[in-house]
Amino acid sequence: MTELKHRVEGIAAPLAIANLDTDQIMPKQFLHGIDKAGLDRGLLWDHRFTGDGQVKPDFVLNQPAYADTRILLGGPNFGCGSSREHAVWGLQQFGIQAVIASAFGEIFYSNAMNNRLLAVLLAEEEVQALLDESLQSAMPLRLAVDVERMTVTSPAHAFAFTMSARHRTMFLQGLDMIGASLSHRAEIEAFAARHWEAQPWLKDVAGRTKARLDAQASTRLAG
Amino acid sequence: MYGVLFMLPNEVPNMPSMNGSLDRRSRTLYRKLVDSHTVARLDEQNVLLFCDLHLMNEYTSPQAFAGLHDAGREVLMPAQNVSTVSHVIPTAPTSPTGHRIIQNPAAALQASNLRRNCVRHAIPLFDTHDALQGIEHVIAPEHGMIRPGMVVLCGDSHTTTYGALGALGFGIGTSEVEHVLATQTLVYRTAEDMRIRVDGRLPLGTTSKDLILMIISRISAQGARGHVVEFCGSAITALSVEARFTLCNMAVEAGARGALIAPDPTAIDYVLARAPDIAGDVRERALAHWAGLASDDDAVFHVEHHFDASEVAPYVTWGTSPDQAMPITGRVPAPDGTQRQSTEQALRYTGLAAGTPLEGLKVDHVFIGSCTNARIEDLRAVAQVVQGRHVAPHLRAMVVPGSGAVKAQAEAEGIARILVDAGFEWRLPGCSMCLAMNDDILAPGQRCASTTNRNFEGRQGRGAITHLMSPAMAAAAAITGHITDVRQWNVASSESAA
Repeated sequence: MTELKHRVEGIAAPLAIANLDTDQIMPKQFLHGIDKAGLDRGLLWDHRFTGDGQVKPDFVLNQPAYADTRILLGGPNFGCGSSREHAVWGLQQFGIQAVIASAFGEIFYSNAMNNRLLAVLLAEEEVQALLDESLQSAMPLRLAVDVERMTVTSPAHAFAFTMSARHRTMFLQGLDMIGASLSHRAEIEAFAARHWEAQPWLKDVAGRTKARLDAQASTRLAG
Repeated sequence: MYGVLFMLPNEVPNMPSMNGSLDRRSRTLYRKLVDSHTVARLDEQNVLLFCDLHLMNEYTSPQAFAGLHDAGREVLMPAQNVSTVSHVIPTAPTSPTGHRIIQNPAAALQASNLRRNCVRHAIPLFDTHDALQGIEHVIAPEHGMIRPGMVVLCGDSHTTTYGALGALGFGIGTSEVEHVLATQTLVYRTAEDMRIRVDGRLPLGTTSKDLILMIISRISAQGARGHVVEFCGSAITALSVEARFTLCNMAVEAGARGALIAPDPTAIDYVLARAPDIAGDVRERALAHWAGLASDDDAVFHVEHHFDASEVAPYVTWGTSPDQAMPITGRVPAPDGTQRQSTEQALRYTGLAAGTPLEGLKVDHVFIGSCTNARIEDLRAVAQVVQGRHVAPHLRAMVVPGSGAVKAQAEAEGIARILVDAGFEWRLPGCSMCLAMNDDILAPGQRCASTTNRNFEGRQGRGAITHLMSPAMAAAAAITGHITDVRQWNVASSESAA
């Protein structure tokens, strides 16, 4: 987790589907694990395979030239829909290190950053320029994303992108977010004490409610 | 066309001031909720946000617990957390022993793993066999666990539902579930403020489901991205709390990071009726506190939309994104302009030709359920439409109540009897065919009239086609066998008829 990472480069596959939701990125039948293993298999399943499990040769990620894809050039609102982080884990296990799009689903974006899958926001016309370049070139487009310089470069273009300082640091250094937040533990506990003093109806609501419901159920059974 | 849309210039501050003198600034309800839950400011964009209630299910929490255990950490405040088995649970009638058996071994392991984790950390659990088990977003409010002014988090995108009670709710990923377990907080990037005002009266035969589908179709599936939406206006005030749940639930389908409705007497009565612990002196203090949960008169919203409720008709989706929706009287659009590619893709998937009328489209399946529309008012609306009628012979119609409590109430009110007599399957609670993670799944090519929230490709089964609509509309489709304008049936809407 702590290795330095500042650059992603390699083949970028065009996947210009608007509103590509996380149901499509990681379909339901791959969500039955209690760990993160094996999600590369399910990635974009319905796009990669026919109903009877045959490879769809036309789909970009199935083409031999794209076997070493590292970057996806996505459509707007990439990763919208379900909160399933399995979509991000699957992309990474498949070898994807960055996704470039003009907009991301909000939860997907946070999930990506929390796993150091680089989500790069470019303007719509910049994404389109890269897509056009990709479609016009005989060979798969190669891109370099530099997180220190905050640039995306292709043979024909160089675009700057922005990301928050926090996300940039998270990507560059990796960060034990929970460890960092636990350094605020005393503040959290003091906050909770004040919060519950002012609003006692917010304390232990889940625990107290379940206890009440269980007591009612056993009274009914006894009666 | 919808009303005014204006963006304010960039110089309008969208962050609360850093010096703590927040009270002098006019604030939106959203800012007040963020401020009142801010443990620490981490940087210009991020705060450490305290979470009052954290809900978990069996499929987005396992890796969070595993991460917690690997790091040797504990759950900081277990009684602020609650779990339910919702997504993988079968909804077929119980075995002769009365137990619900999860046949899929991997899904069964998810349920037993959740039980093990909850026992280990003393987290309350609505387990597989609990009579009150159900969908998290149905059980939490119905037992009084959602209270105005709360911050509620869950590894599920439809957590925006709780805005209906003036609670800030939103979905998080599994890494964040682990963070909440360990710290009872979230590293939270604040959103921008959007206000959607809806005035006027919803016409007879329309519901908040039709309203939210209309709004999403007009502002797009990313129209509220980056924003927390506050709904207001006379049409919103007139909605029941359950109708408000439906509205806020689907705000995420416009990309919203949260949805809010300032708590009013309707919301407060709902909560007090379900929270017996809020009594006496505590009740008075709570009422005083909740009275302040509203946006200040001169609070600034970055984006505002106005809609007229009288324009709402029964809405139905025709494509593969929730914004691809139109009134029942509409025809499937032709690919055009910036939407050309996505429309072409949607028509390819749904097998519809441009120009096809929505009304009369034959369906193979009707699904009534989900965190969007599986509460008692939804089931009453369905019963009202189907009473004395029968499901079309060629189709399968299922009703999956949102929770054990909803199921029991529907049975006590005679609704279940009406549905069964009409030919519906009356099933056990769960998420079911909304996302088809259990065994309720459509076959390729099947067309479904569904009260759920997402018509994504493959959502209800590979190659299956989903048309989102209100419960009354889905009920009418079940009877006729095709998509039908329920307004012709001369039945009152349970939500708009005040």
